[in-house]
Amino acid sequence: MNVIDLSQTTVRELNHALHQLEPTDPGPRWVVREPRGAHAIACGLRVPVTVEIEGHAGYYCAGMNQFATVRVAGNVGVGVAENMMSGFVHVHGNASQSAGATAHGGMLVIDGDASARCGISMKGVDIVVKGSVGHMSGFMAQAGNLVVCGDAGEALGDSIYEARIFVRGKVKDLGADCVEKPMEPEHFSLLKTLLERAGSEAQPEEFRRYGSARRLYRFHIDHAGQY
Amino acid sequence: MCGIVGLFFKNPALEPELGHYFSVMLDSMSSRGPDSAGFAVYGDEVPAGCVKLTLHHPNEQFDWAALASAMSHRFQVAPNVKVNATHARLILPAAEQDARAWLTERFPGVAVMSAGRRIEIMKEVGAPAAVLARFNVRQMTGSHAIGHTRMATESAVTTAGSHPFSTGPDLCLVHNGSLSNHNRLRAQLQRAGIEFRTDNDSEVAAGYLTWRLQQGASLKEALEAALHDLDGFYTFTIGTRDGFAVLRDPIACKPAVMAETDDYVAMASEYRSLVGLPGIERAHLWEPEPATVYSWTTSRN
Amino acid sequence: MPLQPRPGLRESATFDRHVIHEIQRAAETGIYDIRGWGAKRLLPNFDDLVFLGASMSRYPLEGYRERCATDVTLGTRSAKKPLHLKIPVTIAGMSFGALSAQAKEALGRGATEMGTSTTTGDGGMTPEERHHSQHLVYQYLPSRYGMNPDDLRRADAIEIVLGQGAKPGGGGMLLGQKISDRVAEMRTLPKGIDQRSACRHPDWTGPDDLTIKIEELREITDWEKPIYVKVGASRTYYDVALAVKAGADVIVVDGMQGGTGATQDVFIEHVGIPTLPALRQAVEALNELGMHRKVQLIVSGGIRSGADVAKALAMGADAVSIGTAALIALGCNSPKWQSDYEKLGSAAGFYDDYQDGTDPAGIATQDEKLAARLDPVQGGRRLANYLRVLTLEVQTLARACGKSHVLNLEPEDLAALTIEAAAMAKIPLAGTDWIPGIATRGV
Repeated sequence: MNVIDLSQTTVRELNHALHQLEPTDPGPRWVVREPRGAHAIACGLRVPVTVEIEGHAGYYCAGMNQFATVRVAGNVGVGVAENMMSGFVHVHGNASQSAGATAHGGMLVIDGDASARCGISMKGVDIVVKGSVGHMSGFMAQAGNLVVCGDAGEALGDSIYEARIFVRGKVKDLGADCVEKPMEPEHFSLLKTLLERAGSEAQPEEFRRYGSARRLYRFHIDHAGQY
Repeated sequence: MCGIVGLFFKNPALEPELGHYFSVMLDSMSSRGPDSAGFAVYGDEVPAGCVKLTLHHPNEQFDWAALASAMSHRFQVAPNVKVNATHARLILPAAEQDARAWLTERFPGVAVMSAGRRIEIMKEVGAPAAVLARFNVRQMTGSHAIGHTRMATESAVTTAGSHPFSTGPDLCLVHNGSLSNHNRLRAQLQRAGIEFRTDNDSEVAAGYLTWRLQQGASLKEALEAALHDLDGFYTFTIGTRDGFAVLRDPIACKPAVMAETDDYVAMASEYRSLVGLPGIERAHLWEPEPATVYSWTTSRN
Repeated sequence: MPLQPRPGLRESATFDRHVIHEIQRAAETGIYDIRGWGAKRLLPNFDDLVFLGASMSRYPLEGYRERCATDVTLGTRSAKKPLHLKIPVTIAGMSFGALSAQAKEALGRGATEMGTSTTTGDGGMTPEERHHSQHLVYQYLPSRYGMNPDDLRRADAIEIVLGQGAKPGGGGMLLGQKISDRVAEMRTLPKGIDQRSACRHPDWTGPDDLTIKIEELREITDWEKPIYVKVGASRTYYDVALAVKAGADVIVVDGMQGGTGATQDVFIEHVGIPTLPALRQAVEALNELGMHRKVQLIVSGGIRSGADVAKALAMGADAVSIGTAALIALGCNSPKWQSDYEKLGSAAGFYDDYQDGTDPAGIATQDEKLAARLDPVQGGRRLANYLRVLTLEVQTLARACGKSHVLNLEPEDLAALTIEAAAMAKIPLAGTDWIPGIATRGV
């Protein structure tokens, strides 16, 4: 394995080295020590390499991730895995705001809680939060699945498009055009897969599903108040 | 736009090291605020009937001794004066209003940065590292401190425009964010007797709290009223004589991280500001909820 | 006011025919008016400034032999690979979605022929545009439609968009009739719906957090690409100072005359300040920070002629950007489609209903039949012709002022014709040394 100590090496040198890896032979895993809340650690990865961050990371950890597996043995700041295209990001601690923002694919797992705006504008990513999520989570969520094993804060799924939201705990309230929907067999099996991949023991039967009522898809004056 | 930090010791044994830990925290927020820096340190309390003032004059060669001498003439007691760069900490057995009135009349070029029984506010234009060195913050002691690194948004980069802002005894505020209704609010507060020195939105927030407290509200009540009356984006950290408070607006776009151990409570705009604190690896880390008042006080003295 | 229909009939200046029509339309539909284009009302603009050509004290350059260079480099502050453009006119961000693929290709062809850049818009990068644009600036918007790291790395520069002149504080808008299969797929939206867009970025708010976002984008692209920050003109002085402090390499300021594919008319006409005062504020902020020419400034919003370009450069811009003018060059509002405009209730020269997706010129549409009306090769040639004329005009004016490089034009080469322009541009009123608010020039 490659060990990097961020009190000796800069994030820029680390990222640059990671960007040079060969896609067909990315090499052994990387261990990053002393992250100390630094920003943009392991962002822009584009090969199937594994990076393990031993501590708390700052903003945009694993930003725009492709193919790589990034694990954080600690918390992360704003925008973890923002705009991720594929790959796997696993946060053992808590995540700050906008976790998985605008991400198109891959899976983001947060063992602890995620803060406000989890999954904002998500475009296809699967996010599994074993704890709770803050307000405005799933805001303008276009595609993908947001699974919350704990509770969800205010305005869940405000202005949601076609993404699916599953919540096991309490939902403080729902955002504009977000409604509860029945769980069908395909949702149970989808959830089972997602929870297993995320390493969660939660059972699909314990969840409720939320999605778009699709009343805002065409502007109509009767809904003007929701804009 | 800025970085804000706050450090509050629950354990009095850490008080000699306040400046050491606090300056590391503030320095790390330089990238968020390269223009100027300021801080409020809550150190030794002066006896009842006395007032501790922090004064500022732009000229570092200003004759503070002459001011002290004139003051002792007027008040029949020599004030205790300690000069620090462009500031002077002054302790006087007199009422705050009398001291202020006299200063305004006799030394109009001297600004009162803070007044109270424990608070000392110092702030200057310049990179935060330079400001910290200039005031020798590393050596300061006390139970708590709050600080601010500034990237000026809609007002000028000046000493007066830097945070913290104090509009009441032992009370001060630092702000990360941008208010949107502060101009009309400033005019209303001015009519209610609050004085402002800058066009800074954060000063309006400080003035608003002072006004509420003057009206008889507790700090918690004043901050809850602020949620209703202030519009815009904010994380506030407020310093009081015996503690500090943190408040985020309901949308909560501006960051805030908290850390707590048995020995301290700390807050910062970014986690990386907290990494130098003792026992941070085992600290309880969390982000304050939007629209919720968090406060801590000592029960010393 | 044009002719009254009959003597004795007086039109109200407050409730004129446009206002009456709009109130009646609102009463009928219950929805605000959405349209394209930029602010249509008369605003103080570059026409109110003139050049002080050479005479006794200042000598002109001959055309042809005596060089007047027009090249500009953008992104010198932090990027490993700044953009080297041959002319100080770039093509502004316009989305595939708002425009047809053929229009984007035409813009790329024309810009490349003249050695300048085009910019993607609120929908992402199409392969056609990347292929046809020698220099391509990739917009990074609140919606993040189509955003991906591969395109980020394929781009020549990255433009973080906070806002645009037509709607500072507003988000993107594309109505269902323009959300074709291809557009829908690029934006990850259901086909045919009315797109709602965020007005703030999803993962940062404010210049302090923008600083961190800029760092991330640099890290992802290994510090190669210039990072632009684009703002719609409102509190321009502060915005530019903050963009510099946040780390921008290039700042783009778009005045209220700047166009859009679609937004509420009330936004277009009543939010934001004109390009003229915004430009002056931007240059002031850069000068005070000692960053003029170190952080380059691109200005847009109603740039129409080489005179506008030259005046913008004289006031301190490093380059200008054109949007509406580029589309007009391609064929937008051409009289050859007059009967089609009339069928839509409009007329050539007045058409601004880009949001409907039925643009007769085939430019602001996703309809295949209409889009086929624009031949990208011919369109590219027309754009190149127009850019060539802009460049020749700038050079003519610059030579008349004795400049061997167009960027040597300076504010002192200008005089103002109106008090507003003098105040907004801080250029003295012609024949005087008076700038309203300032005693004499020298600030």
